[in-house]
Amino acid sequence: MTATADRLPRLLALVPYLLAHPGIRLSEVAADFSVDPDQLREDLNLLWVCGLPGYGPGDLIDLAWEEDDTLTVTHDAGMRRPLRLTTDEALALIVALRTLADVPGLEGGDAISRALTKLEDAAGSAAAGSARVTVRVEAEEATLAGVRQALDQRRAMHLTYYTAGRDETTERTVDPMRLILVEGRSYLEAWCRRAEGVRLFRLDRIDAWRVLEEPAEPPRDVRPLDVREGVFRPEPGHELVVLRLTQTARWVADFYPTESVTEDLDGGLVVRLRAADRSWVRRLVLGLGAEVSVVEPDRLASEVRAVARAALAAYSI
Amino acid sequence: MSARRTERLVNLVICLLSTRQFLTAARVRTIVPGYEPGSHEAFQRMFERDKAELRDLGIPLETGTNSLFDTEADVGYRIARRDYELPDIHLEPDEAAAVGLAARLWQSGLSAAASSALVKLRAVGIDVAMDSILGVEPVVDATEPALAPCLAAVQSGRIVTFAYRTANSGTPEQREVEPWGVVSWRGRWYVAGHDRGRDAARVFRLSRVTGPVTQVGPPGGVQVPPDVDLVAMAASMGGEANIGNATVRVRCGAAAGLRRRAREISRGEEHDLLEVPYSDPDALAEQLAGYADDVVVVDPPEVRAAVIVGLKALAGDAAGDAAGDRA
Repeated sequence: MTATADRLPRLLALVPYLLAHPGIRLSEVAADFSVDPDQLREDLNLLWVCGLPGYGPGDLIDLAWEEDDTLTVTHDAGMRRPLRLTTDEALALIVALRTLADVPGLEGGDAISRALTKLEDAAGSAAAGSARVTVRVEAEEATLAGVRQALDQRRAMHLTYYTAGRDETTERTVDPMRLILVEGRSYLEAWCRRAEGVRLFRLDRIDAWRVLEEPAEPPRDVRPLDVREGVFRPEPGHELVVLRLTQTARWVADFYPTESVTEDLDGGLVVRLRAADRSWVRRLVLGLGAEVSVVEPDRLASEVRAVARAALAAYSI
Repeated sequence: MSARRTERLVNLVICLLSTRQFLTAARVRTIVPGYEPGSHEAFQRMFERDKAELRDLGIPLETGTNSLFDTEADVGYRIARRDYELPDIHLEPDEAAAVGLAARLWQSGLSAAASSALVKLRAVGIDVAMDSILGVEPVVDATEPALAPCLAAVQSGRIVTFAYRTANSGTPEQREVEPWGVVSWRGRWYVAGHDRGRDAARVFRLSRVTGPVTQVGPPGGVQVPPDVDLVAMAASMGGEANIGNATVRVRCGAAAGLRRRAREISRGEEHDLLEVPYSDPDALAEQLAGYADDVVVVDPPEVRAAVIVGLKALAGDAAGDAAGDRA
């Protein structure tokens, strides 16, 4: 929706909003509507010349706009309640609430269910289509309960954690910070005392855990991770790998984050990706066998050749 | 949209909300300011655009006549207040916090709809804060271009057509699907439904839809069978069901990921013997080959053979020839 197309729904919601918040500051209104205060002033000036047929002093919308930039509606011209939720609006809130309600043992789960029922009622027929949309977040119930307990009681945790990138299981003591639901999975965000940094621990890769007696104490200046763009963010420092994939191996481009994908001969692809870990990309290439060739870097290509020969030797070939 | 037109539309909504009588277009033209004194045709075009705009916003514009004796020329318009206004809703503070958290869930796409819904809730005096107080941060990516048209189609119950490429095919094929639902599973979006061309239930990953999704057929034309399990349908694309156990010899201390999946581990001096359940022999061979000389497949033979073929391809000519000599 463009900025101008947003304006009409905002104008229709403004009068009921101001009725519900007499004496509110203009800056607060602007924040709630996510608009610039200057834009809001223009909106108010426009509303001032709108009203009931007749369009005389008693018909037009009227506002008391005080010197201290506070606003109160003195005549609403019948605009007392906002418009019903559209199907998209109902879908956005109802599917999101249902997604959260389905995560077992979430704090506030009861409030989520109550809010869901009330919104479904208020949305009426606009909510009908949302039953056809499901967002599933996987959460391991037992592990989630432990993570919730540690977060609620602000206590440290001991984890036995499997790192898929390096294919290793390690023991760590962590200071839990938040629970994060992203890309259909649940993660514990925590300060890892071993790595001395903020890390995400995928719940289904926590093989064992204990909530410790000692308090969770992430360093004071530590910042939560920005996960709005996804959990895996390739960094320029990660090694650039270029692979030529046959048609059979096209799924690789769907499955892993890539820097670029170009079509190749016979339905194949050339993909460029950043590998945080050499052992991970080596395992990927070895697994793809005849369906892949390493274009770059040369070192990876020769390493793969040597390792494949050693593996064949293990089969006495 | 110009400020003039916006002003006219606000006045039009207020006017149609305040009337019990249906107002004909001609009456609207004389009452609501901003309709130009130009030709009849120019006014008609303007009024049609305005009506479409209001309906796009979800404003329930009613049409009808005031008396049984009225003719088609007397058809008028009004907005019934009970259909226009958001019904009474009151949320406790913890419920409002839950709604704020839910609105944060969408990463783009549906996030605009979520924020405009919050504006309406705030307009009935509900105090919805967007900062998470529940200690949880949910993010669902909804940027997939095919998502919005598929959501619209399942909501209106219309058939869709789109070009689709399967996992292993570079060439897209046109599909015609009766959509039963849209599902996000493990961070990926799918549309599930009846594939009319193949006359069978199918799941389509939205990232493999190439080009536009077109709605065809009448609204409500799709019959959704009862007991459809969207998540199970999406999961079936991953081929979850186990078909057997593979036996593999694994170097002690190596292949942590494989050990986590193993049904049974028999410890040895240098090597352990693992029983690993699997659903797809090719996928298993891929995973096992990744472990190079840390893992040797004992059984089943087809997985062992697939691993060897893959390794030979990567080992290059020298190893291939050597293997050929020994065979």
